[in-house]
Amino acid sequence: MSLAGESEKVNAQFSAAEVGDFLALLKPRVMSLVVFTAFVGLVLAPVPMHPVMAFTALLCIAVGAGAAGALNMWYDADIDARMTRTSARPIPAGRVLPGEALGFGLMLAGFAVVILSLLVNLVAGALLAFTIFFYAVVYTMWLKRWTPQNIVIGGAAGAIPPVIGWAAVTGSVSLESIVLFLIIFLWTPPHFWALALFKSGDYERAGIPMMPNVAGHASTRRQIFAYALVLAPVGVAPWLLGYTTPFYGVAAMLLGVGFVWYAWKVLGMADDDRAMKPAKALFAYSLLYLFAIFAAYLADSVVERALAMGGA
Amino acid sequence: MIMVEEKLETVTLTERQRKAQRSRSIAIGVALAVLVVIFYIATIIKFGHNLGTM
Repeated sequence: MSLAGESEKVNAQFSAAEVGDFLALLKPRVMSLVVFTAFVGLVLAPVPMHPVMAFTALLCIAVGAGAAGALNMWYDADIDARMTRTSARPIPAGRVLPGEALGFGLMLAGFAVVILSLLVNLVAGALLAFTIFFYAVVYTMWLKRWTPQNIVIGGAAGAIPPVIGWAAVTGSVSLESIVLFLIIFLWTPPHFWALALFKSGDYERAGIPMMPNVAGHASTRRQIFAYALVLAPVGVAPWLLGYTTPFYGVAAMLLGVGFVWYAWKVLGMADDDRAMKPAKALFAYSLLYLFAIFAAYLADSVVERALAMGGA
Repeated sequence: MIMVEEKLETVTLTERQRKAQRSRSIAIGVALAVLVVIFYIATIIKFGHNLGTM
């Protein structure tokens, strides 16, 4: 029922965004990787944490990661619209208004940082705030459109979650958590450059200076192989530093050899290879590698503790 | 004194917009309820041991 004196109009700017569109803004696949690596950092910490507090910490880390994703999608809506891989995202597809995504991201970021700081500890809260800022501002607004080293430096944001998980328990940062950071940090360039090789047309259209578009495919292939050679031993480092049993050491070694092998295949790819099967295979394997090496670390730690408790 | 009759502009939502708004409202309500429970329990766990000494 309308009141006398009112005029009615249909507002095309009023949102028709579904709940699923807002969930998509959180980049759920990236978030799942963040939550998993943060969980590993949290479990590896030398002291136990109350399960409810651990859940709260992980929830805040997940929401913080999602907020960074939403802010990224808000700022990058123009280039997302030009890439086949991202053109169906909620903002370029017109399902979510840019202002909604910005408000959603800022609100979630504030919420996650404040709650993590108040209920868990300030160190974890500060690290989460830094991560969101680094991803949304330093990487998204600055590095991504400026330098082919964008994902090398920006990769730090994706590598911090296990450090936050560790800090949530201990209130500090240790060498062991920094090794976890290094594994993800060194994993990021070959992972994204493998994708950039077979999606270079997309990045070219969007004007993003990814390594294959700036330095060329041959140089990118060499750099992927170089990073693989560094990543493989760093993956074994937790065992070499005495943090794990040989079980993890052997698993990390095999996974590392696999990574180098796939990177070697990419290195040998012909310049005129349009199918780029080796690059696609490396991209898929890199996802498996990260999950498997963290799962092996987690299993190693849990089994070692269970055996220690049994022997006590 | 002169009375000025102002016309208020209102928005008429389409059926799709109304449905989406309703589903968003439900999701926000459920999320808030879940968060209240989680933070209540977490607060008791974190600060509960101090309450006994007050």
